[in-house]
Amino acid sequence: MEGFLAAAVIAGTPLLFATVGELLTEKAGNLNLGVEGLMVMGAVIGFIVGYRTGSPILAFLGALAAGSAGSLIFAMLTVSLRVNQVVTGLTLTIFGQGFASFVGSSVMGAVLPYSIKEFFQVIAIPGLSSIPFIGPIFFKQDIFVYFGYLVVIVTATYLYKTKKGLNLRSVGESAASADASGIHVNWYKYIHIIIGGALCALGGAYLSLVTVPVWQENIIAGRGWIAVALVIFASWNPIKALGGAYLFGGLNILGFRLQSVGIHISQYLIDMLPYAATIVIVIISTRKNKKEDMPPADLSNPYFREER
Amino acid sequence: MKWFSLKKREELPTKKAWIIRGAAIVLSILCAGLVILLLGFNPLVTFGEMVKGALGSKIRLTQTMLKAIPLIVTTLGIIIAFKMKFWNIGGEGQIMMGALAASFVALNFPDMPRALLLLCMAIAAVIGGGLWAFIPAFFKAKMGTNETIFTLMLNYLAIKFVTYLQYGPWRDPGSKGFPKVADFSQNAILPNVFGLHVGWIIALVLIAIIYIFMNYTKKGYEISVVGESLDTARYAGMNIKSIIITAMLISGGLCGLTGMIQASAIEKTLTYSLSAGMGFTAIITAWLSRLNALASLFVCVAFAVLLQGGAYIQISMQIPASVADMIQGILLFFVLSSEFFLQYKVNFHFKKAKGVA
Repeated sequence: MEGFLAAAVIAGTPLLFATVGELLTEKAGNLNLGVEGLMVMGAVIGFIVGYRTGSPILAFLGALAAGSAGSLIFAMLTVSLRVNQVVTGLTLTIFGQGFASFVGSSVMGAVLPYSIKEFFQVIAIPGLSSIPFIGPIFFKQDIFVYFGYLVVIVTATYLYKTKKGLNLRSVGESAASADASGIHVNWYKYIHIIIGGALCALGGAYLSLVTVPVWQENIIAGRGWIAVALVIFASWNPIKALGGAYLFGGLNILGFRLQSVGIHISQYLIDMLPYAATIVIVIISTRKNKKEDMPPADLSNPYFREER
Repeated sequence: MKWFSLKKREELPTKKAWIIRGAAIVLSILCAGLVILLLGFNPLVTFGEMVKGALGSKIRLTQTMLKAIPLIVTTLGIIIAFKMKFWNIGGEGQIMMGALAASFVALNFPDMPRALLLLCMAIAAVIGGGLWAFIPAFFKAKMGTNETIFTLMLNYLAIKFVTYLQYGPWRDPGSKGFPKVADFSQNAILPNVFGLHVGWIIALVLIAIIYIFMNYTKKGYEISVVGESLDTARYAGMNIKSIIITAMLISGGLCGLTGMIQASAIEKTLTYSLSAGMGFTAIITAWLSRLNALASLFVCVAFAVLLQGGAYIQISMQIPASVADMIQGILLFFVLSSEFFLQYKVNFHFKKAKGVA
């Protein structure tokens, strides 16, 4: 059981990065459906940089840069040029996939240098890892997983405890009122779309650098879309996103586990589980009526000051 | 002081609008050419090869048209949903379910008279695709559930389910262990008209029907109104729920029909890879057509040229197919950006800015 839950945390980590990334983007009032594309860009650039340089830090930074560049395109189109966000996001996904399969063809089947594997091996946190049950699940993991916890804590603190976080939320709730109170709306949108995109790309890089760890074109396999749904599931709250991501991580690996304990259901049917669960979640979360569980009120509306 | 200001445009004269769009396309071709140049190929030769590969001979032209037909039918389906601002990104799944339903008929009644069998397959496909779109439409209408994620997840469910059938219950025992569904009987295959399967006639007729439906009928008008403003629709006393559901039944039905056309005329059986990303490509073609059924004909044919040309340079110049995908992306970014200049007028005023400063 502990082994399964620890594996669920690993499987949930790429979802976690992408979910928090998309959450930040949506808090700024922009719905980026390019998560899948950003993840695959992060996965391929992270892998290539890691493979060529052998440096995990550079691989990490490479993925961040890929995600920032991809989401910068999205920001320019949707914030400055006010193009429809749904269509721009989808285009970003198509572009990202084309870009990744082109760039990635040079490292198909390549094996990462040992320095990378060594860096991302399991590190038990002294003390915490000896807590019964919880320790082996959460504190005997690799450094990427720990970074995931950090991202959640920082994001939650930022959103709910700082002035800038409050400003960001007001941009998402009503860009016009935020503007009127002197907040630089477009700056906030740009910065958070770019940080969000960089986080999505990190999620992809975790797959190509740690879990899989080879480059393959269908490496993301719809996780970007599940992340978009998880933002709804988490009702735009980073702490809830943590639980949601690990829950879905568990669903992702359930098939293998069931087979290993002798329950034989077609793999293809079990593969349907995370997607079916996402639908159930989307339906359930529509039923919410508490105010703090609602999406940012100004989500996916382009802002044009002169139109106020 | 800002050095430029924006003003929302009044209705732009058509001629000027097309100049802006044309400029966007030219720019994107230049940019794509630059990418090709950076990859170490001659852009002019590459573009030439693409055109040759798509239109150069009768066989290649046929191949291009075979790609355009399903794209047109799917695009029409997407147009209806998008007019209503219902973000149906579930075209893939609706295509698969249409193909699944059509295959069910084709495999169980292989000896039915050809015309009747094909008709039954088409009806089954429309129902299959329509039902797959009905589910998210129902929840959207009743509870306001987010349709983007819903339709997208249904894609995965449909594709996984067809994979399950292909590897499991529907696997053809006669295929010597190869996991495939049995081939259709001759009666279940769409006939050719002038060297191209009859789907091209279906596509042209559907373009006309959808154009008339959207522009000259009450139902079509209602769909646009719901898309423009829910408040207006409510104020005018429209039954919004029924409009959403009807429109999505049509949208999914058209996608389902694509599935039948592909299963019958191209694959001649059911495969899990049959939708081949068409549901997503159609979103782009629908948008580039500005949700106009007539324009979709030209956009889809142009896109088919790009796809077929991209496939051709892969063989003739060893340029990977992913380059064509990237060019698609670049093209789209430029055309999408051009929408901005159609809607807003940018006034530059360098001198004034200096004077104030």
